[in-house]
This record gives sequence, structure tokens and C-alpha cells, in this order.
Amino acid sequence: MSATSAAASEQYDYDIIKKFSIMAIVWGVVGMFVGVYIASQLAWPFLNFDSPYFSFGRFRPVHTGAVIFGFGGSALFATSYYVVQRTCQTPLFARGLATFTFWGWQAVIVLAAASYVLGYSQGREYAEMEWPIDLLILFVWVAYMVVYIGTLMKRKQPHIYVANWFYLSFILVTALLHTFNNIAVPVDLFSMKSYSLFSGAQDAMTQWWYGHNAVGFFLTAAFLGMMYYFVPKHAGRPVYSYRLSIVHFWALSFMYMWVGTHHLHWTALPDWASTLGAAFSIMLLLPSWGGMINGIMTLSGAWDKLRTDPIMRFMIVALSFYGMSTFEGPLMSLKDVNALSHYTDWTVGHVHSGALGWVAMIAFGSMYHMIPKLWKTEMYSVRLINAHFWLATIGVLLYITAMWISGISQGLMWRAFDEFGNLQYSFVESVAAMHPFYAMRAIGGMFYLAGMCLMAYNVFMTIRQGVRAERAAGMSPVAAAA
Amino acid sequence: MFKKFKHETIETNVGVLLVLTMLAVSVAGLVEIAPLFFLKNTVEDVEGVRPYTPLESRGRDIYIREGCYTCHSQMIRPFRDEQLRYGHYSLAAESKYDHPFQWGSKRTGPDLARVGGKYSNEWHVQHMIKPKSVVPESIMPNYPWLMTTQLDVSDLTGRLRAQRQVGVPYSANQEEYDANVKKFGEAVAKTLHIPDAQKNLVAQAQEGNFDGDRSSVSEMDALIAYLQVLGTMVDFSKIKPEDLVKYR
Repeated sequence: MSATSAAASEQYDYDIIKKFSIMAIVWGVVGMFVGVYIASQLAWPFLNFDSPYFSFGRFRPVHTGAVIFGFGGSALFATSYYVVQRTCQTPLFARGLATFTFWGWQAVIVLAAASYVLGYSQGREYAEMEWPIDLLILFVWVAYMVVYIGTLMKRKQPHIYVANWFYLSFILVTALLHTFNNIAVPVDLFSMKSYSLFSGAQDAMTQWWYGHNAVGFFLTAAFLGMMYYFVPKHAGRPVYSYRLSIVHFWALSFMYMWVGTHHLHWTALPDWASTLGAAFSIMLLLPSWGGMINGIMTLSGAWDKLRTDPIMRFMIVALSFYGMSTFEGPLMSLKDVNALSHYTDWTVGHVHSGALGWVAMIAFGSMYHMIPKLWKTEMYSVRLINAHFWLATIGVLLYITAMWISGISQGLMWRAFDEFGNLQYSFVESVAAMHPFYAMRAIGGMFYLAGMCLMAYNVFMTIRQGVRAERAAGMSPVAAAA
Repeated sequence: MFKKFKHETIETNVGVLLVLTMLAVSVAGLVEIAPLFFLKNTVEDVEGVRPYTPLESRGRDIYIREGCYTCHSQMIRPFRDEQLRYGHYSLAAESKYDHPFQWGSKRTGPDLARVGGKYSNEWHVQHMIKPKSVVPESIMPNYPWLMTTQLDVSDLTGRLRAQRQVGVPYSANQEEYDANVKKFGEAVAKTLHIPDAQKNLVAQAQEGNFDGDRSSVSEMDALIAYLQVLGTMVDFSKIKPEDLVKYR
């Protein structure tokens, strides 16, 4: 029996997963460092150093690109390849293509960051990559799709496990969004500059259809896939409700695509479109909470693990933040709330409660579960995981509290009138008033980054320990058999 | 028929799962986005909106290159405070030649949709070189290199041609030029003629003297030319509010 299970772990392609896991952590450290840096620029502007290569405007997409596509993307590639192989009980389809997705994706992140610093940008949030990089992304993504669907097709289980539905919809929708949002005409074949096909209101619509669904599918559906595998696996309990997972999967996939227009309330986009987006945003609360409830309830009966197991703590706090930010989102999509919150730091805080609280924490939990299995060892230090957990939690709380205060203050200061009916504050007074909160946000980010660095160290030591054990076992075949 | 349906059919068949997911995620795009391209009242029909001159267009490229949209919006909402602070709310027509749009999502700095004409060229030069010199509490980075970097005009016609391909009415031949004369008047049509682009760019920089140095065309010239035209194309004294209501 032990011989067959050893053979089972040999039959999967773990090499590609190991590579993606390591790069996820590398990009996590880099991306969060850049995040702390640009946050500090807002608090202490001398950090722009009068240099084009360090200015906030060029560095901000470096941050978003490195954390969303570098850290988040690599974590998704790693976990999706892990989950699809283990739930389908088959190695990856087209191993060569899978290797291409690794090198291609890393090239995308490096080229994108370099191009922003050098001043090449499409000027579209979260899609700043210019056309040659967009083409490379498209190739990588098609390869990913082939590998993933191919692996699903040669599965040894009749059923496709629920985690795979979410990963599949993420892959499909990302292809769709990326293609339509980046249609542009380059100046010439040797120029990095291009102009988007759409303009004005239609371009805004397309961009926020992309922008919000990048959140909806890249940062939510895909990470729900992660949740649906790693939470039950780590808790040692079955998914709470099969029926709930079906209902919330279809509802989430259908509804998310409508809500992008809530980023364009009160703008020159026709009113009917943004109202429609708001209506769906409110409805979206239900499938979002369906996922949260399904995740948290999976743990019922194993609550004691929260006391002893920091990995479980990461997962539960992630789900709690997911629940919180998917409540905050519909709230902010109401037109009256949005009139106050839009253009302010509240939006930035909301994004980070989702990104740091939900996306990164579920990824940390899943990777702490998966990495020792990949290298056939135990985590080097559970105490360090615990320290990471607290640093991350304190970091997020500082961050979002700072942004709530500054965001709501900005909104209120901008619309304040004095007794004569004149504007009470000049714009720059609102800027000056934000300084303490920008400093507080940067400090929150530093906490979070410190936790990420601990993780990098812990994982490095874990891998070293695993590699050394394997080497020792290789030298003595008796030990390996035992 | 639903009695016979089992979700098991979907989860045991990749093809069915793929097709159904694709259907589920496509409806929104078809109902919410596609109509915006066909409904005539998406973009108002107002007078005055014209494509950017070659110099302004190059200034806009710099605006995008430096990521100004990460801190500045260009979209004034129909609220009393925004009306007082920034001016008339933005119309869709005002960004109809903007590829890409730069409405933005964050106001770390103020909205710029109607910044044109609000400050002098000299103020802008000072402000770009060292914002704190004119606004002491500002947290905007300094952009001194705009003043010292010569504007690259080597691919100017390529840039205008690319915009023409995506629908901006820059003219490449006599026929298109004549159409522009009809549509925008002769003075504007001249600035939109691609074969004369370089000549027009230099002439506008000379005449406007945006960076205070007539001897050459710097990136500062282009950026300020762009900032100074923002929000100035539509004359709102000629428009009755009721004409705009039907578009909202």
C-alpha cells in the first residue's frame, strides 16, 4: 500500500508547481516592497527623487502588476496545476506547454515592470502592458487553457471536482477580458506605443468590465477554487454543502460580469448602464456569501484546529475578510455611497481588504499546506507561520482603518460648504489632512511585508530541509524504502 | 423537462461545463456593453469638440506615460461641490476622441477635466518643475526632466496615423481634409492634416510659448499645451441644460 501511494506522488508533475510556488513568493516580496515604497511616496514625497524612473505614476503599475499577476498569478498557476492533477488523478497534459506557461508568465511580469519604469503604458488600470506584452500574455494564456482543459479531459475520476469549475471559469473569463480590453493599433511594428480601438465612454465601459472582472475572476473565482481544495483538505472535512457550491458557482459566474459599471457612477456613461451594474452588485452579495459560508462551515466540527494551527487561521481569516469586503463592495456600489466614496482612498482600502485580507491570506494558507507536500517534508517552523499570521493581520487592519478614515474624510471635505454656501476647503487642504493616514497606511504595509519576508525565509528553510533529506535518502536506499 | 436534469451531467462532461460557463459569463457583455456602441444617445451631439492638435496629442502621450491618471481624474460628476470646484459636469462627447479614455478612478490630486485656462503657462511650468513652489502642501512628484527633454517627433505621423485608424478624424488626403473643413472649420482642419503635422506642431509651440523658451520644443511644451486645452472645447454658455438631460 505504501509502495502504491509513493508511486502516486511520483506520477504527478510537481516540478512546475515548485517553480511557480517559489516565484509566487519572490513576486510577493518584490510587489509588496514596491507597494510599501509607493505608499511611502504619498506620505513623504521626497522619495520620488526627481527621477522619471522612481516617480509614483510609473511605479504604481509596477506594484499592481507584481502583486496581482506576479504573486497572485504564480500562486494560481501553482495551485491550479496541483489541484487539477490531484483531483483528476492524472499528470498534466502537455508538459512542454506547461513549462512554457512558466517561463512565458515570468517574462510577462519582468517585461511589464521594466516597460512601466521606462515609460511604456497603455494608461488602462491593471492592463497597462503595451501590445507586445499583451500578445505574449495571450499565447501563455492559450497554452494554460490547453494544459488545464487537456488535464481535465484525461481525468481518471468521472466527476470534475468543484475547485476545477472555479479555476476553469477564471481561465476562460481572463482570456475573454484580456482580449477585448486590449484591442489597440500600434504606431508601427517596432514601436511599443499603441492607441486603443475604443474611445471615451465605450472605452471606459470596456476597461471597467475588464477591471472589475479581473477582481471577480482572477482575484475571486480562482481563489475560491483554491479555497475549495485546500480548506477541506487541510481541515480534514468534506465541503459543507455540495448544493450551495453549485448554486453559488453559477450565480457568481453569471452576476459578476454585470457589475463593472459601478466604477462609473455619476460619470458620462449612460445612467441605465451604471444603475444596472449597481443592481447586480447588490445581488452579488448572495453568491459571494454563499462561498464564504460554504468555506467557514466546512470547518464546523474542527474548530479546535484554530487554536493550534496557524495555517487554518490564515484560511478562516481569509474567508472572513472575503465576507467583509463582499459586503463592503455592494455598499459602495450604491449610488449615494459611491458619490462620497468614489475617487477617495476608501476605494483603495476596499481593494486591499480584499487583496491583502482575502486573496493573499488564502494563498498563504494554501501554500503553507502545499509546499511541504511538494518537497516531501514538514514546514521548517510553525512558530514563524504564526508570527506571519499576526504580522499580516495587524498590517491589514492598520491599512484598511487608515484608508477608511482618510477616504471618508476626503469625501466629506470635498463636499463641505461654509455658512455662505461656498466650498469650505480648498483641495490641497484635503491633501494635507491625509498625511497621518498615509503614514499609517505605509506602516501597515510594512507589517504585511515583514510577514511576507518571514514566509520567504520559512519556505527557503523548508525547501533546503526537504532537498537535504531527499539527498540523504538517495544515498541510502534502505532509508528511502522506510 | 427539469425533472430529468441533473447537475451531474455538467460535472462529468468538460465540454458541457465549458459551454455553459461561457454562456453564463457572456450575457452581461451582450446586454450591457454592446448596446453602448449602437445607441445614438450614448455620446451627446455638441459643438466644439475636436481632435487634439499634434502638439496636444503628444502632450497627452506624456500624460499617459507618466501615469498622471493614477492620481488625477478627468471626469466631473454632476454635484454642486464639483460644479463649484471644477466646473460643468463632463460630457461623454468631450472624451470621444480619447483613445484611451483617461477618466481615472482616484483623486489624490484634483480633477483635471477643466484645468485648461485655469492657470497661466508660467504657473504650470513652475508647478511641473517643483509643485511645492506654488502649492506648498502638495505631495505631487517633481517633473524637472520635462523641461530639459526635447520632444521626440520622429514618429509623430505614425502616432497620428494610428489614431486615424481607430477613428480619430485626422486627415491623410485632400478628401479627408475637405471633410474636416466642413466639420470643424478651416483653422482646425489645418491642424489635423497629417502631412503638415510636424510643421503645425512647431508652429503651435512657437506661438503658444508654453514653456517660456521659444528656441526649441520640449516635452513641457507638449504637456502644457494638452493641459491648457482640457475642458475648453465646449462653450457651455451656448448650451441649454434641457438639451443635455436627454442623454443622462
